[in-house]
Amino acid sequence: MTLLDLPLAATRGNPAAAASYWDTDPLRYLDEHGAPVEGGLRPAPELLAADRLLALYRALRLARAFDTEATALVMQGHLAVYPSSRGQEACQAAAALCLQPQDWLFPTYRDTAALAVRGIDPVEALTLLRGSWHCGYDPKQWRTAPQCTPLATQAPHAVGLALAAKMAGDPVVALCLLGDGATSEGDFHEACNSAAVYQAPAVFLVQNNQYAISVPLRKQTHALSLAGKGVGYGMPGVRVDGNDVIALMHVLGEAMERARTGGGPTLIEAITYRIRPHTNADDATRYRDASEVDLWLARDPVERLARYLTATGRLDEGLDSAIAEEGAKYAAAMRARLTLEPEVDPADMFDHVFAAPTPQLREQRAMVEAEAAAAQKDEANGGEA
Amino acid sequence: MSVATASPSIPVTSPSAPVPPASVPAPAKPTTVTLAKALNQALADAMAADERVVVFGEDVGELGGVFRITDGLAARFGENRCFDTPLAEASILGTAIGMAMYGYRPVVEMQFDAFAYPAFEQLVSHLSKMRNRTRGGLPMPIVIRIPYGGGIGGVEHHSDSSEAYIAHTPGIHVVTPATVEDAYWLLRSAIASPDPVVFFEPKRLYWSKAQLTLPVTTGPIGTAAIRRPGRDATLIAYGQTVPVALETAEHAREFGYDLEVLDLRSLVPFDDATVTASVERTGRAIVIHEAAGFAGFGAEIAARVAERCFYRLEAPVLRVTGLDIPYPPPKLEHWHLPSVDRVLDAVERAMAA
Repeated sequence: MTLLDLPLAATRGNPAAAASYWDTDPLRYLDEHGAPVEGGLRPAPELLAADRLLALYRALRLARAFDTEATALVMQGHLAVYPSSRGQEACQAAAALCLQPQDWLFPTYRDTAALAVRGIDPVEALTLLRGSWHCGYDPKQWRTAPQCTPLATQAPHAVGLALAAKMAGDPVVALCLLGDGATSEGDFHEACNSAAVYQAPAVFLVQNNQYAISVPLRKQTHALSLAGKGVGYGMPGVRVDGNDVIALMHVLGEAMERARTGGGPTLIEAITYRIRPHTNADDATRYRDASEVDLWLARDPVERLARYLTATGRLDEGLDSAIAEEGAKYAAAMRARLTLEPEVDPADMFDHVFAAPTPQLREQRAMVEAEAAAAQKDEANGGEA
Repeated sequence: MSVATASPSIPVTSPSAPVPPASVPAPAKPTTVTLAKALNQALADAMAADERVVVFGEDVGELGGVFRITDGLAARFGENRCFDTPLAEASILGTAIGMAMYGYRPVVEMQFDAFAYPAFEQLVSHLSKMRNRTRGGLPMPIVIRIPYGGGIGGVEHHSDSSEAYIAHTPGIHVVTPATVEDAYWLLRSAIASPDPVVFFEPKRLYWSKAQLTLPVTTGPIGTAAIRRPGRDATLIAYGQTVPVALETAEHAREFGYDLEVLDLRSLVPFDDATVTASVERTGRAIVIHEAAGFAGFGAEIAARVAERCFYRLEAPVLRVTGLDIPYPPPKLEHWHLPSVDRVLDAVERAMAA
């Protein structure tokens, strides 16, 4: 079995198309079983150092623990919605770990695990999906833009921030996360084109998880490779195995370094798979077969690294249980805090529309405050008005 | 794991407030200044005062913009401060948003009203919401300049008035000057504003003139101006319809009517106080704008006046607006635009009520 069985199945009956697809075989370091691929990538020795690999493994396990707990929380009604990134943990971890502190991340709604790996408090990271505010963390403190919901619209922001940093002479790179569906949007095209024209220090990481809600990639594009679009913009386009965290770190590291040193933007397509439905509100059995999911479960990014680390003597049962315990503690803390009813203040709705409220907003704020006070009084009187 | 906080290394040479005229060399003798020149001067003065101010858009660099509003800026300030962009309006505004996140104060040009629409999603989904989304964490000090309106003989897509689409979006200030003085000061104020401002430039008035010495100051964003005091009715106008209202008021004198002309200049925030006070004095209100009347900005004005001045009104609030049609070709546009005659008819109806 290979990583490309699915696209191949989609091109059945069209050998020519299948052949071109194989020509753009994604870059890998490890195969599905966690063994180094013959003729695969050759990462720098630093990346393969034991402490570095264990840090990567911890990040994968953290992303998995976060995603598993968030999925449980949404099922129990403690989140408004949760788009899971299960199966994409390698992309999530690598996106956060390839950054230097001054670099900016431009995440989507499916990248909350990446926020957690970057170090953002899980309650702050999940504020949007909990429904208590839109963005719960301080973007400037964390160098992380608010999670973007309208597809690809954050890509021009990444270009603007990268251009600004370039103009200011700062060694800052903007990493923009996107999905395969977003590559059909006009803003994706405009952002890639502008980034290349400005030679902005931006990196576009497309997590090709094969589906945009229910629509498979073959209905999204007639191109055989999303990375191939880079040619049209005059920037390098790289296809990488998105479930191979070592390959991802290698490819992202090169792209970030190129951007940081004046070499301009890069488009990276990471081939991965969305194991769970689009969100908890979606029913994936309506559009894909369980056998397909099983195929990808066997390519699990966390297991893959675990096998490699075990085989190379860097991970034993004791250490693995200790790391699992860290994840369990993290999840338990998430649960303890996110099962509490969040505090919300209606005044928040008015206070940040403008730097100073307009006269009209002051009036509306006073109206809502009066209503809230009346409601509180009613409650104090046992619900009698 | 933590990310250190550091400030971007953007040089700041002045506070964000507009530089008062006192800090500028002694004013010279008044000269003839066009509205277009006043805008150009406002951009240059803002760029000189604050290195965070950058100007970009289509053809704004070497060419100086199709209306020459950015003339000379690239030569004077360099191509890092005033530059041409790819022809992609969503990218222009999206890039501005990213630059503002990093601490810059972008001023972007949309070449024509109807060519700004590709940027609409960025405006509605991000520009207007970013400060609120982040509880003040990412303010958006961005100005979008949009030449708008008709009467210049432009073919399709060159004469739209799109202010209602924008004004309907919470989180954006919307202003439009009608005088040379306001063109200068409103643009300086818009650039100094901590919030996003859509700056509608009445392109038919680009070549209108005044005798003055720049810089000048007028009122702050959010305040309307009474251009002509009167007792019998209030004509409420903005941008290109302000001169129409003033001309109407002159003609109306022949009929014995003394009309007040109010120039809104700021649609958002809306100056309820000045509008209400005026209609409370006159008892009649006529709203004039070029955009289609149906669900237009005039409907908002009429509703606000009715809510606040109902018991003082002597007549229903009337609207004289563009027709509810796609903007007509140049040979027909005079039928579409609010004319002095049409406004006078409305005055007659209001006075007869």
